[in-house]
Amino acid sequence: MGLLTNLINGISLGSVYAIIALGYTMVYGIAKMLNFAHGDVIMVGGYICFIAMNNVGLPPVVAVLLSIVGCTCLGIVVERLAYKPLREAPSLAVLITAIGVSYFLQNTALLVWGADPKAFRSVIDSPSIKLFNGQLTVSPVSIVTVLACVAIMVGLTLFTSRTKMGKAMRACSEDKGAAQLMGINVNTTISMVFAIGSGLAAIAGVLLCSTYPTLMPTTGSLPGIKAFTAAVIGGIGSIPGAALGGVLLGIIEIFAKAYIGTQLADAIVFAVLIVVLLIRPAGLLGKEIHEKV
Amino acid sequence: MMERLKGLSTPSRDNLVTYALVFAAWAVMQSLASAHAISSSMVGLLVPITAYVSLAISLNLVVGISGELSLGHAGFMSVGAFTGLVVAQILAPSVASGPLRLLVSMLAAGGVAALAGLVVGVPVMRLQGDYLAIVTLAFGEIIKNLLNNLYVGFDGGLHLSMTNVASLGMSGGKVLINGPQGAVGIEKLSSFMAGMLLVLFTLLVVTNLVNSRSGRAIMAVRDNRIAAESVGIDTTKYRLMAFVVAAALAGMAGALYAMNFSSIVPKKFDFNTSILILVFVVLGGMGNIRGGIISAALLTVLPEKLRFIGDFRMLIYAVVLISVMLFSNNAQVRMTLDGIRTRLARKDDDEALADGERGGGAHA
Repeated sequence: MGLLTNLINGISLGSVYAIIALGYTMVYGIAKMLNFAHGDVIMVGGYICFIAMNNVGLPPVVAVLLSIVGCTCLGIVVERLAYKPLREAPSLAVLITAIGVSYFLQNTALLVWGADPKAFRSVIDSPSIKLFNGQLTVSPVSIVTVLACVAIMVGLTLFTSRTKMGKAMRACSEDKGAAQLMGINVNTTISMVFAIGSGLAAIAGVLLCSTYPTLMPTTGSLPGIKAFTAAVIGGIGSIPGAALGGVLLGIIEIFAKAYIGTQLADAIVFAVLIVVLLIRPAGLLGKEIHEKV
Repeated sequence: MMERLKGLSTPSRDNLVTYALVFAAWAVMQSLASAHAISSSMVGLLVPITAYVSLAISLNLVVGISGELSLGHAGFMSVGAFTGLVVAQILAPSVASGPLRLLVSMLAAGGVAALAGLVVGVPVMRLQGDYLAIVTLAFGEIIKNLLNNLYVGFDGGLHLSMTNVASLGMSGGKVLINGPQGAVGIEKLSSFMAGMLLVLFTLLVVTNLVNSRSGRAIMAVRDNRIAAESVGIDTTKYRLMAFVVAAALAGMAGALYAMNFSSIVPKKFDFNTSILILVFVVLGGMGNIRGGIISAALLTVLPEKLRFIGDFRMLIYAVVLISVMLFSNNAQVRMTLDGIRTRLARKDDDEALADGERGGGAHA
């Protein structure tokens, strides 16, 4: 039963990583930037939900919606103010700016909400489900997380393949210049990607804090980096890849924690990334692009 | 003197200016410190500044000269730091001279960090661009996690363990590295003098490498990998060379840094420290070694000077970081700066030409 419990916890954590990784992969696909501030949007999402539920006393559903709206706006504003002026700049300048944004969000959170961790109340308020005469407990948050992850993945796949906006996103990630010539508004498309990515980060933040209920200004940074690792493992730019990478990483992390040691779990997670990239340099489901001379 | 300066090639003239700057800074800080004209907190910063300046120079070799984005430089720093601490402790009974022990432990730190650089570099150099960046980040985190689980004791013989202190099997002696608690009771061997010597050594290694045949090969690979490959340059070899040299120098700086404090934990050398060094390099101008030195020194002092505004300190740091990036990459600003630069260069050329006509011997 221990094995099964770990597997369920792993899939649940992995689904959170997958949701974050989906946002990461879309942003990377279109803006070709390592958005290190993505993890901090998760944290902001968590705080908005926490404040709405505990201080304002709104019902969880409204709080989650508020958190999604808040983060979506945050994503658009950050993109407009910090990243858009750097469209033509070298990628390292964009990276440093993203790190600046990450520090900015963390320290603003520190000033506004303080450094002491907040105890996050789960958004899903129902008792755990007991199976096999109580030998196996499944928390409702885990179920909701996995369902949300599947729904988001299917939704995003349909969105990018069926809708006009989704097709525009794919076109922009292939070739911005050509997309513009076809009459696609590149700026709006990029804004839209940041909006979707940040909205997903809010959902991930709420789900993450519901499972691991400590909320601090630095809550988002490590999950953010791990989710990016997941996106790279799955093949960056690929939607099913991000989901696959996320779930794999979550399972590996929980199993490493249970059977090898808490201290070494992170080292193992990152070692998996290195091994995967050495065998498949473009990730598990990524397309390998050969350079033409 | 001026005649001879003009006769030098541009890179050597550039390097001379950098060396002059370092020596001037050394002289000024040394005399200020001995005259007690600077605060004690500033005196405490002198060694960290030299360590960070060395780190900025060595990372510049990877990021600026070789063109590979490395996000795990602090990993090599920590390998060097803990190697240096262990070696210094082992030598303590047999070598009485502090500076000699520091020197030996820094050399050992450089050696072990170079080895770590090789182990990390061989797989990393198979990748490129952002993939390479994320893998260096991963390696940095792995090194931090491994050191968090490392226990080292010394009781005449060296004991190593990856589980806990009890499993070291020590008979008396002293625990040198205690897992996540790191090293405590470190003997303060580092000095400002040693730090400045390290800066000069790092500068010497990097500038000489850059202006050598290998350095030109490294830059050729950076500018166009395929073109470099087609003229017979072994791209992996030269990228790896820059990476390993930088790792060794970072290890030495790490040992110097660690031996300036009474205790140090592996967590100190995390992703944020790697980013801190990267920020020095980027704000100083990629590949511009002098710029990196100045920004490393300023950005180490600035947060300390801003301590009075408390929690707003890092917020301001973030805003400064974003604004500098936006400003320096603004098309309008770039155009103006380029204009000034060409005008200056033209003036330089004109002067050199005039000198050449007058003196007859100087080559621009």
